[in-house]
Amino acid sequence: MTGKYEGGAFMQAVRSFALSAIVFSAAYAALAIAPTELKQGDIQRIFYFHVPSGMNALLAFTVACGASIYFLIKRNVKADWLAASCMEVGVAFGSVVLITGPIWGKPVWGVYWKWDARLTSTFVLLVLGLCYLLLRGLIEDPERRSVVSAVFCIFAFLDAPLVYFSNRIFRTLHPKPVILGDSDSGLAPPIARVFLYCFIVLAILMIALIWERYRLEELRHEVAELRAESDSA
Amino acid sequence: MPAANPISESSKAPGIIFENAEKRFGSLVALRRLSLEIASGEFVVLVGPNGSGKTTLLRLSALLSRPTGGKVTVGNSDGAAQADVKSKIGMVGHATMVYDELTAEENLTFFARLYNLSDPRRRATEALEPAGLADRAGDLVRTFSRGMRQRLAIARALLAGPTLLLLDEPAAGLDRDGAAWLAGTLVRLRSAGATVLMSSHGQSESLTLATRAIEMRGGTVVADSGAGGDLGSIIERGAGAHSSESSTAGQR
Amino acid sequence: MNAPRAALAILGKELRAEFRSFELLTSTLVFVLIVVFVFSFAFDPSAAESRRFGPGLLWIALLFAGSLMLQPCFSRERVNDTLGGLRLAPIAPVAILAGKILANFLFLTLVEAALLPIFGVLYNIPLVPVAGQLALIMLMGTVGVATIGTVFSAIASHARMRELLLPLLLLPALAPVLLASTELTAGILADPPELRTAWLVIVGAFDIMFLTATWLFGEYLLEE
Repeated sequence: MTGKYEGGAFMQAVRSFALSAIVFSAAYAALAIAPTELKQGDIQRIFYFHVPSGMNALLAFTVACGASIYFLIKRNVKADWLAASCMEVGVAFGSVVLITGPIWGKPVWGVYWKWDARLTSTFVLLVLGLCYLLLRGLIEDPERRSVVSAVFCIFAFLDAPLVYFSNRIFRTLHPKPVILGDSDSGLAPPIARVFLYCFIVLAILMIALIWERYRLEELRHEVAELRAESDSA
Repeated sequence: MPAANPISESSKAPGIIFENAEKRFGSLVALRRLSLEIASGEFVVLVGPNGSGKTTLLRLSALLSRPTGGKVTVGNSDGAAQADVKSKIGMVGHATMVYDELTAEENLTFFARLYNLSDPRRRATEALEPAGLADRAGDLVRTFSRGMRQRLAIARALLAGPTLLLLDEPAAGLDRDGAAWLAGTLVRLRSAGATVLMSSHGQSESLTLATRAIEMRGGTVVADSGAGGDLGSIIERGAGAHSSESSTAGQR
Repeated sequence: MNAPRAALAILGKELRAEFRSFELLTSTLVFVLIVVFVFSFAFDPSAAESRRFGPGLLWIALLFAGSLMLQPCFSRERVNDTLGGLRLAPIAPVAILAGKILANFLFLTLVEAALLPIFGVLYNIPLVPVAGQLALIMLMGTVGVATIGTVFSAIASHARMRELLLPLLLLPALAPVLLASTELTAGILADPPELRTAWLVIVGAFDIMFLTATWLFGEYLLEE
């Protein structure tokens, strides 16, 4: 049970410290090292956390869907733990996207929110992720919970490209206010370097959080097993 | 002595094999690791208090429920090539498995269709006759009494001529005529060589028909007449447990 | 019994049960009419406004009504464990879903057939000239709603608070259908009418994708 990962409280502290250190270093890079963007000014620095969060959230959802499919076929309960962990952390990162978005948007666009393709799709996806978590919370039997939420995860994930493309078509055929060109279409080298660093740091953070959540699920499972054994004794 | 009809291998009544099978609902273990074999043609009576795992055992045998551990094989299939075996299974569960919003005849016609029976309507009307429901064939099941619904549930189970019967307290709610019909049906099934697994509270016909008795408690088999236990005493204990349950229920 | 025939048998059962009492259809239709009526308070239905907002409101009303109508689909089968009866039968589990998807598709289509003339009258939108294309649009959108609706009804039937959960799950997932169908309907009711094929592709892709996903994964929702 313990030992393989934890290594005690000391290692736990070391890991937390290391994670905090690299996240702060990424923040420093975004705030101090990266050059100031010409058109938007300093507020643009949110982009270094906003976009990687979004990309990592999408990555998490993809892994969750894959794990769900694997679980349905092989019925390996660890796949279910992985799916649940990825969805939860993915929703957290997705929330970061939807909170940093308006903070970035207000000074740059003049509005907190715009119903453009990416924002709307991200919003719908986040809602579906929240639905997944809600669904898991409302199903009591663990077997049923795993199977049913796995199917929902697959359906929600398949929906994602359709949500995106339908919004894309919608927003391009309709007249819209003038917006900035895509900030990540052709990044200048110094910006690209900081962006890549932040992306990697956030990816590491995400993997660490998923691992923690996965471990929690594993421990919960062990408790249930022990409880079942003691009931039979 | 087995029945006189020579039966080929494929048309023999299916047996059931539990290999280390377990059924859990989270931390609740409904059926602990169980290895058990029920041979073709056996008439097994299952006794035990409420919550002992009898219903779970029956639902696993019907391939309705998946074991959370181990394996359950019915006939030659553990669920992979199922359709063949399922057409031979007849089950009476805790619930009636009939639609309240349809008539008795519509219910049986529908299930006859699902079981791929030729001329489903006729089979349905034919099945209602011995169940004593022929005169209520066109009435909605919603209007039926408890006993009539149970009779319809039994008729539904017998519709496709099953050779594996899984009966969860089939006599519950039946009046005297219904109970007599059930008893006669059980005798007929026994002599036709069907495999029967029936949970019971020790009614008298069980004694004469049963070839084996299994007692369950807390999700495990505690006594098995097929493994050295005594058939008669197991059934008596089952009847005794029932009457003590009902008498304490009366005292509350 | 092979899956298509089993699905048709189940469709027959659903129709027989519903056409005896008409409970589901009448309450769904009444609810849709109420929504359509209440929406008229939200904006002044002049001709131009109606053409602009009408299609969206039509589909929102259908989605709301649908999410209520689809709820009993599987929860009804728990009453006497009739779902157990279906699963005992020698039929492929996916046939159960298929039969119910067909039934829900038909029920929704009937509601739409009753709703559209009333909608046309209330909002002064001429529907007859474009009836054929409108029918195509309604049918394609309804396939998507029926498919996801039936599958999510099966999903919700395992959970607590399923009456609230189903609309909650359904509306975000059906967002592409809502958007596409609204745009298609708006296009066909515009002057001159125009069939925006990009949207047809979206709805078509939605339908095919989710029918396939149901065929592949749907049976797991019926397990015990």
